[in-house]
Amino acid sequence: MLDANEGPTETQFEFITFSAGNQSFCLEIMQIREIRRWTPVTKLPHTPDDVLGVMNLRGAVIPIFDLSARFGLGVTPDNERNVVIVAAANGTTIGLLVESVSEILSVAKSSIQETPDMKSDAARQAILGVISVGDSMVRVVNLDAVLDQEGGAAA
Amino acid sequence: MSRNSIRDTFFEECEELLEALVEGLSSMEQDPDDMDVVNAVFRAVHSIKGGAGAFALDRLVSFAHTFETVMDKVRSQELKVTEPLMHLFHRSGDQLADLVEAARDEREPNAESEAAILKELDGYLGEADKDESFSFDAVTLDFGAAPVEIAEDGDADGEEAALRSFHIRFKPSPALYANGHEPLLLFDALAELGELRATADLSGLPEFDAFDPNGAVLAWTLRLETSEPETVLHEIFEFVESLCELDIREHDGLKPSPLAPPPDLPGLAPPPAPLDFDEPAAASDAAELRADAQRGEARGPRPTLRVDLERVDRLINTVGELIINQAMISQRIEELELPAVAHLTNELEAYKLLARDIQEGVMAIRAQPVKPLFQRMSRIVREAAEATGKKARLVTVGDSTEVDKTVIERLADPLTHMVRNAVDHGLEKSDVRAAAGKEAIGTIRLSASHRSGSVFIEIGDDGAGLNRARILEKAIEKGLVLPEAELSESEIDNLLFLPGFSTASEVSNLSGRGVGMDVVKNAVAALGGRVSIASSPGAGTTFTIVLPLTLAVMDGFVISVADQTMVIPIASIIETIRPSQRDLHAVGTKGVVILVRGAYVPVVDVAFNLGLASARKEAGEGVLLLVSTESQGLTALRVEAIHDQRQVVIKSLESNYAAIPGVSAATILGDGKIALILDPEEVVKLQPAAPYFPAITPPKLELHHA
Repeated sequence: MLDANEGPTETQFEFITFSAGNQSFCLEIMQIREIRRWTPVTKLPHTPDDVLGVMNLRGAVIPIFDLSARFGLGVTPDNERNVVIVAAANGTTIGLLVESVSEILSVAKSSIQETPDMKSDAARQAILGVISVGDSMVRVVNLDAVLDQEGGAAA
Repeated sequence: MSRNSIRDTFFEECEELLEALVEGLSSMEQDPDDMDVVNAVFRAVHSIKGGAGAFALDRLVSFAHTFETVMDKVRSQELKVTEPLMHLFHRSGDQLADLVEAARDEREPNAESEAAILKELDGYLGEADKDESFSFDAVTLDFGAAPVEIAEDGDADGEEAALRSFHIRFKPSPALYANGHEPLLLFDALAELGELRATADLSGLPEFDAFDPNGAVLAWTLRLETSEPETVLHEIFEFVESLCELDIREHDGLKPSPLAPPPDLPGLAPPPAPLDFDEPAAASDAAELRADAQRGEARGPRPTLRVDLERVDRLINTVGELIINQAMISQRIEELELPAVAHLTNELEAYKLLARDIQEGVMAIRAQPVKPLFQRMSRIVREAAEATGKKARLVTVGDSTEVDKTVIERLADPLTHMVRNAVDHGLEKSDVRAAAGKEAIGTIRLSASHRSGSVFIEIGDDGAGLNRARILEKAIEKGLVLPEAELSESEIDNLLFLPGFSTASEVSNLSGRGVGMDVVKNAVAALGGRVSIASSPGAGTTFTIVLPLTLAVMDGFVISVADQTMVIPIASIIETIRPSQRDLHAVGTKGVVILVRGAYVPVVDVAFNLGLASARKEAGEGVLLLVSTESQGLTALRVEAIHDQRQVVIKSLESNYAAIPGVSAATILGDGKIALILDPEEVVKLQPAAPYFPAITPPKLELHHA
């Protein structure tokens, strides 16, 4: 994983980049289980707006989040290219609705920069770092933070 | 079989033996003169000792040895079973369990209590017993016909009884070794009874290149001089009798004739004269063995199979998928709208029944009686009574009730907590009880039963009952209730379940661990169950836990709520009502009640409560489901329609998300879509909360193990 105090090894990390709320993000490829077309989900009562509902993934019930809404970037508009990225961390599997998936990015650890200081704490927590690609910036999504903010009392 | 798996097997067997021990001790309390029970207890301790010896668990061995020596004195009727002795036996059993657990987890056992109990046990032993040198040296078996002579140091017991001579012919089958038994340990046990001479019969040894290391070719002829009756010898072989050829005969002047002479190995003492085992005898042995086996079936425990739980769970999941798949196929065929094909319908129906049968069969594999769980509670009662200086006994009812294994495991903590509470908060001290004209010893009653598709577990005490005034005072003090609130008795009782509520006026070392009944409630709720309280002043308090039978499937109605398909458990529905306008009455501006057989029942709009409908529909539309809730009694739930009744596979929402209020779980329908399973109790509660019940987010507490 992305550990700030690892040795100066130049291992290559692979990321899948995608766009959500007109910004580009990426997730480490090891955390991604699959990428699916959007299919209608079952809504859940009394849940925040970024929780779209639950979907059947080969017999398991997984929640689908609107990543853009989760990061406060507005609801993802309906679009032919919308996809659900199924990701897993710490034994929990979730789906993230994003606008579109772009490419696979392979970078050395050293080219992942710290998140610039920003006022919004929520945004900072959700992002592990940034990678500059050409003249654009890709934000590395902190999946744990996405999972943690689920709210609800886990009994 | 690796050493580790043998070790695991040993500890599994220990669990069973400890259970048998606890059970035996409670029977002993009822009837101390029942020698069968005393023997069973002795055997359990003895078997643990034997197994522990094989793993060189010296501490466990020596404790078990002292324990069994005292037990043996009871067996030989030298010791009378008194109340203090019985109490000591109970504590010794607890200590033995602790030692086994410590050995299993490779941690240090509680040395303090061990020393104290050993000292007490020693107090019951005469000098002669203590001098008995006791060691468990591992002996290496040579591949030779050397007679192993094991003589015992002077055992003062039973020297006067006439010595009898037994001949034992013992030939293990490969299964005996595969199950982790060791002939040497059996011989050691025999040697404890008297003078033993053992001769190995190597005639079965094949040529070296034909040697099968998994086979069993050795047999032994043993000669034992002992004053014990033959039954004791059989007891030693009890666990292996089905795994070997065994013949025990008392030698009464029978002319021993040689059996196949062992190979003449130089430098060995001549073997003792072996017994004659000629053909006819062997035939009659076989007949006897068969008869034994038949008798065994009638009285012994039924044969069981140990299976890795993961395998069963995989099977359960697959069967769940099968049920879903069956529902999908049925639905697809229906959609085809084929011309009437009776045989296809029949076969589909058969498929459905088969799938259900498989499912029920698999579920039954996981079901276990609650007995071991209940038995564990007797220790909790004892310890809690000791810690609080009260007198308490445990009575269990219906401990053969079977419940899903996971439920049993996850119930252990809340149940422990509640039993402790029952002793700590429920029962009064003996003098107070006596003053109230009650029996000095308090009774904690645990009962389990199946009722209407649920498991009911009750934890009752015959103590003073809940002190409602004190509870209310406390709740007001803690700001949980407004001072001017008017609460009913059951509402006051339910305050106990609020987080951070503890009523013990003096914090004993049992309570005050910052764990309240709210944690119990959450633990039970996580199992899909509910807890309720019934209490009457002076007569005691009973907590009732209601749990679903299995965690994996349930029968439900498929319903529509705000255009969404949902499922509601059939078990919770009393009846369905098509409301007619005349029976509906508005109450105030928002409330609606319906007249059901002369009683007014509140109507709850499910869609509205789930936040799926912005406005209530006309109460007269749709269907009403009459349910009985704990929070507000009979309630009619309004849904749009009921489509179908079917068995659904329960899928947890919490494994990947969190608990959703009003929803207990989810299921997958025939078309692969997810439908939410409603919890009527919670749906009803989603109404605007009463003022005295502030919104409290349940703290993330874990049950502490004391």
